[in-house]
Formats: sequence, C-alpha cells, structure tokens
Amino acid sequence: MTDSRPVLTMTGISKSFPGVRALHDVDFRLFPGEVHALMGENGAGKSTLIKVLTGVYGIDEGVIILGDEQVAFSGPMQAAGAGVSTVYQEVNLCPNLSVAENIFIGREPRRFGAVHWAEVRRRARALLTRLDLDIDVTAPVASYSLAVQQMVAIARAIDVRAQVLILDEPTSSLDAGEVEQLFRIMRQLRDEGIAILFVTHFLDQVYRIADRITVLRNGTLVGEYPTAELPQLALVEKMIGKDLDVLERIEEQPRPELATLEEGTPFVEVSQLSRRGAVAPFSLTIHAGEVVGLAGLLGSGRTEVARLFFGADRADHGDVAVSGEPASLRNPVQAINQGIGFCSENRRAEGIIPDLTVRENMILAMQAARGWLRRIPRRRQDELVDKYIKALSIRPANPDMPVRNLSGGNQQKVLLARWLITEPRLLILDEPTRGIDIGAKAEIQKLVVQLSDGGMAVLFISAELEEVLRLSHKIAVMRDREMVAHLVNDDTVDADRVMQTIATGTQREEANQ
Amino acid sequence: MSDANLRLRTLVGHRLFWPVAVLVAMLAANTIYRPGFLAIEVNNGHLYGTPIDILRLSAPLILVALGMTLVISTGGIDLSVGSICAISGAIACLYISEAPDQNNLGMVFTALAMALGVALVLGAWNGVLVSIIGIQPIIATLILMVAGRGLAQLITEGQIITINSGPYRAIGLGHFLTLPLAIFIALGAALLIAAFTRRTALGMIVESVGGNREASRLAGIRSGRVVFLVYVVSAACAAIAGFMITANVSSADGNAAGLWVELDAILAVVIGGTSLAGGRFYLSGTILGALIIQTLTTSVYAMNISPQTALLFKAVVVIAVCLIQAPAFRAKFGRRRRGTPPPPAPSPQRQKEEVPA
Repeated sequence: MTDSRPVLTMTGISKSFPGVRALHDVDFRLFPGEVHALMGENGAGKSTLIKVLTGVYGIDEGVIILGDEQVAFSGPMQAAGAGVSTVYQEVNLCPNLSVAENIFIGREPRRFGAVHWAEVRRRARALLTRLDLDIDVTAPVASYSLAVQQMVAIARAIDVRAQVLILDEPTSSLDAGEVEQLFRIMRQLRDEGIAILFVTHFLDQVYRIADRITVLRNGTLVGEYPTAELPQLALVEKMIGKDLDVLERIEEQPRPELATLEEGTPFVEVSQLSRRGAVAPFSLTIHAGEVVGLAGLLGSGRTEVARLFFGADRADHGDVAVSGEPASLRNPVQAINQGIGFCSENRRAEGIIPDLTVRENMILAMQAARGWLRRIPRRRQDELVDKYIKALSIRPANPDMPVRNLSGGNQQKVLLARWLITEPRLLILDEPTRGIDIGAKAEIQKLVVQLSDGGMAVLFISAELEEVLRLSHKIAVMRDREMVAHLVNDDTVDADRVMQTIATGTQREEANQ
Repeated sequence: MSDANLRLRTLVGHRLFWPVAVLVAMLAANTIYRPGFLAIEVNNGHLYGTPIDILRLSAPLILVALGMTLVISTGGIDLSVGSICAISGAIACLYISEAPDQNNLGMVFTALAMALGVALVLGAWNGVLVSIIGIQPIIATLILMVAGRGLAQLITEGQIITINSGPYRAIGLGHFLTLPLAIFIALGAALLIAAFTRRTALGMIVESVGGNREASRLAGIRSGRVVFLVYVVSAACAAIAGFMITANVSSADGNAAGLWVELDAILAVVIGGTSLAGGRFYLSGTILGALIIQTLTTSVYAMNISPQTALLFKAVVVIAVCLIQAPAFRAKFGRRRRGTPPPPAPSPQRQKEEVPA
C-alpha cells in the first residue's frame, strides 16, 4: 500500500496566529488505504493542521496536493465536496433530526424540486449497511448511543465519495465495545482504499489501528514513522520532546519523608471510585501534608479523577472515606464541607466569575460555605483579600477591579486565593500553571511546597512532568482513563520512569499503604 | 483617592449618569412645553402635582421591576408578573367584597396576607419549574403568564369585582406624611430588597450565579436555591404591585390589571443597566428606569399625543435610551455627541412643536 502514490501531500505548511506560530514547515503525507495517526501533545498543532487542510484556516506558506491537483479549500464544505471529510470529536449532528435527514442534510436528493424522501431513506439504509449498521433511519439521532451517532457522522462523511476521512478524537467518549465497533468500520473503510487520518490521545488505540504515525511537537514536524518501527516509549519521548538519556535530573527539594507523612489515617481515601465514560475504577489515598501528583497525557483521565474527588461529577461506584470515616463526595458542597478545594483547569468556564471583582471572586467559596445570610464583614473581607493579594503578588493589586481585566496568571492566583481563604485540608489543583507566564508559574510551585509544609494535602495535576516530579511526594500515573501505577517519588523515580509508565502502563506498581 | 475618583467617574459616567440625564431631559422638555409641569401645590395637607403623580403611578412598576431585576440578574426572566398582579388583586378584592364590613382593617390585612400567600405559591411554582425541572425561564414563566390570566378570571368569575374599602383604597390613593402612601410602599420594598441583597451576601451570590453558573456551583453555591428564591421574591413584589393597581380603581379586573407590566418592568431593568445576560444588577438603575417609563407615559398624555402614536413615541425614546447606554454606540458617536445635548432631549422637543400644529 505504502508504495503507491499518496492521495494527499502537504509540504512546508506554516501557519501563524498573532503572537503564536502554530505550524512551522510541516510536511504530511497520506496514502490511500492506510490509517495514519497524527500524534502530539496539546498545542502541538494537530488541530491546526487539520483545519488548514479542510480550509477552516488559510495557510501562510506551503502547498497542499490532493490527488494530482494543488488545492486550497475555502472551508469544510468545499473540502468535503472534493473528498476530504471530517468527523469531529463532539459529534455535530442535529440530535432532533432523523438518521437519514442527518446524513443528507444540505444535499438532499431532489425530485420535481422537492426532497425525494424515499430516496433519502433508501440511500441512508444502503450507506449504513455498508458500515454494517442495521438501524431505523427514520428515528431521531438522539435515540441512539454515542457510538452509533459517530457511525452516522462517518456515514455522512463517506457518502460524498471521500478519499480522505479525518477522524478527530472519535473515541474520546466511547467505551471499549463501542471503540471496537468503530475500529471494525475503520478497517473496512481502509480496505476499501480510503485514507484515514486519525487523531487520538489514546496510545493503545494508535497501536491497534494505525499503520503509520506522524508526530508533531510545538508546531513542527518530529517525524513520520511506520507504527511497527516506533515503540510506545519512543513515541511518548517524541511527543514530549525530551530525550530520555539527556533529561536532567530534577533537583529534589528537601521534603518530609513520605513514610512519615503516611503514618496515621489518610485525610482522604477512595477505593474503586469510577464513572462510566470518564475514568475506570481507581483507588488513591491522600494524607495531610502530602502532594500527590497526577501524571498522564492529555485525555488520560487526570481531570476526571480530580472532578470525582471534588464531587464536580458524581461517581457511579466506589467508596470514599474522609479522616477514616465513610463519607460522600457527591457534589461540590459536600466536598467543600469536608475541607476540599478545587481549582479547575478551565479557568474561564469553571473558575472565575468575570463580572465580579477580585475581592468578590476571592471570597466567593468562603461566603458560599457560610451561607448568604452570614455575610463576611467588610473588614474581614479586606483583611483576607489584602493578605492574599500580597501573598500571591496579584497585579494590579486592586481588589475592586473586575476579575476579567486581569491576566491569566493573575486570574489563576485569584482562584487559588478563593480556595486558600477557605483553609482547605485538601486542595486539588488541575493544571494551575497552564497558560501563565514563567514567573507566575514559579510562584505557584513555591506556594504548593509551602502549603504542603504547612500540613495541607495537595492533589497536583500538570501536563509538565518536571513540575509533577519536583513537587510531588508520590505520583499516580493515568493512562487511557485508568490509573495504572502509584509511584513513590523517591530517588528511583525520574521523568524517564514516569514516561515509561505513561507509555506502556506496565511498570511495576507499588502499594503505598 | 484617585482610585475613589476613578470609581466615582466610572459609576457616574457609565451607569447611572445617562438614565438620570434622560430623566432630567424629559422633565425639562415637559416644563418647556407646559411651564406648570413641575409645580406642586398643597391641598388638604397633601402634596399634589404632576411630579407627585409620576411618583405615585410608577410605584407598581418600580415594585415589579425590582423583583424582575433579581430574576434577570440570575440570567432568567419572569413573564408571569402581570398575571400575578391580576391574581393577587383579584383574591384581595374578592375577599374584601364578601366581608360584612369592608372597612375593617384586620379583614383587609387578612385579604392581603391571603393574596400574598397565593402569590408566593405561584412564585415557588415558577422557581421549581426553572431551578429544579430546568425549563427555560422564558417558557416556564410564560405558562403562568397565560394560565394566570385565566386563573384571575376564574377568581373574579369573569366579572369586575368592585369594592368600597377605605383601607384597601389607601394602598393606591392614601397619603402619609403629605405624600402618597404608594411611594412609601415602593420605597420600603426597594430598601428592603437592597438590604436583603447588599447587607447580606445574597446580591453577590445572585450575581455570581448569573455571571457563571458552573463556576458558582464549583465554588460551593447551591445555585438552584438562589434561582428559586428570586422567582419567589419577584412574585411577592408583583403581588404588592397588584394590590396598588386594584386599589387605585377600587376594583379587580382579571383581564386588565397589570396587563403588559412585565414588558415595562423588563424595560426598566434594562434601562437601569442590568444586562439581560445576567450578572451585575443595579436596583437604583431599575428605579430610575421605572421613573423614566412612567414620566414618558405621563408626558405623552400631558402633550395630548394620541394613544396610537404614543406607543411609537415611547419606542423611539426607549431605543434612544438603550443606544446611548451601549458602550459600542457611545464609542462610535461619542465625539459627535460632545457639545450637543443628549439625543433624547431634542426628540421630545421636536414632538412638542409638532403637536400643536
């Protein structure tokens, strides 16, 4: 297959956005009849590459050749017309329309000027039969599972005589059986000669389905490899971009010994906590004064674990004990009452209240815990807010400025302050240093160390391994929505080993009790 | 100091300044047209005059709009307030009309308490639909907006209930300290709500829920309860407004009482600077908004503009008020506006010249 001519060649693609170089001189080829995985960390340029291919963005430099012709699509519709179809992560079908209507929306076969509904249904049935799917095409899409919806989206994509099918994280909301069903169809389409571009964060899936892998990092091409010649560990190295043997040893700060910390009853102990479609059953104990790092690639289930700890999502199964007593963390109020705080990774949507002032954003959690009748006296507010504006060097140091006017790093600090004011016993920090400048990053790291020295437990999530290694006493490794290992962060653990665990998931596990 | 100055400037320059300016411009236009417009005379120890009338007549709208402000701040809307006015008025009047002595003060209070109680139940119904069942506010309250009129008709059995009760009439037309009692009731409600929201943390929590509901949930706020509460408060305000409206005419008309007041209330809230998207709310702005709307209505009548053109006239002024409050519009036309009076001022004047001709 690979010796035939590529159906798609992208050469020297560059694309910049104001202040960011999203793609720089990237080459990419796609052959008919292959499944080609596009890999890279968040922000590596995968989605930008897909978007310049389908014409969502124009390109600054470079050439795209489809078949024999140079192309520059004006948008996804035109791209689809030329045989490059995309199925996005969040299935973008109209849930209230029927399966058949969804497949043919915008290009319904017509007769005498009116939509030829019988033909629509007949062709929809034929398409779905091709995908080995026997469902009622007149039923609304919403009545089917996500997996089936995904198939319907694929059916719509391939009906336009697709040569290239782009699947952008199609499996992120599917369970194992549904993934299998999708893979069967992908193999079938591949065997029919369609070139499939597959984007996913699940390493296992890449090795099960992909013939070839292209890795991007920071907007540049790392390389193109046949899957068989690229072991998982090497793939992770290439994505993260540190050669394992040249990786510096991270300086250990003098920290309390884990053994001393883990004497006595853990502050929180969860066992076999799980939520369908989010994270497989996991167990974790967190002691006072302990920093527990959660490592793993994006989409590996880190955030999902954090949300279960805070009750932001409800666990389907599993038990929770707080200070040795059985407890329930079914909603944020319960978690807060147990002394847990949570800084979401999604600062804008789940963190700040943009209209409210710095002061109000800071005292919000404490005020919520007190109830609205017991307003925090103004003088107490001033004390607290001034203290944390100083302690976290929030700028501008104006408590009455709407928080939306602050920079990302300062907004993050305001959120930190919101939880620190409540004096939590466990603080969950989900990517607290993402998207903020290096100075603020260092300050937040320093703060985590101080807090844990002061006896606070911290669950620390970061995509940056160095950070996790520097701060954590122990590290739980997430991989494909499973907690695959607990590592004690002692001298034997380094980025090398964590990366291996992320890549293979088969490192020896250690009990930490 | 400069910080305080800056705050003052933002406050006056961006929020209350234009509503006040519009109100002043309208009063000025009226005075030019009819020099006696602002005159207040003392009669029987009571103050009389157009400004007093405006205050008295705007009282029900102020009440409804105050409740509406809280609802809108949570990102919702309450279309049922007009119907609740009608229902509460109908219940109170029905009870009073069947009493042996319509002037019995205790009996009137019983009637008010009963009607208020029913309004609270109706508010709770709205609250449950929105916060627990999760129906979109505009649809949830539309149910009661439509069904409530029917309910009011049912209570009055399709008739207009007329009463002859001194104490009840006083709610609309009575006087206290030389001023109409209605003004004090509206003022009292405004102070109560202001204390209720700003002396406690309720106001901030309402704004937080309206500003970012998910973030508020994750901060530990039980947003469902807050949303429920604002619909109950809104219904209570509407009920009191309903008493005033029916007391003004000493009769309950299930069809006409409080008709379209929800639209005027929403308008008052928006003129006052509270965003329909939710978030920050401004009670003082809402009161100004209600006064602007009532002044406009009164001006239209005073200028003998025919009822058909009156609505159009109202629309023009409202658009003008909304436009000059929009930051984007001000930025665009700010340079041209400087040196000339604010847009609404010329427009009543123009109208004024046209009318006699």
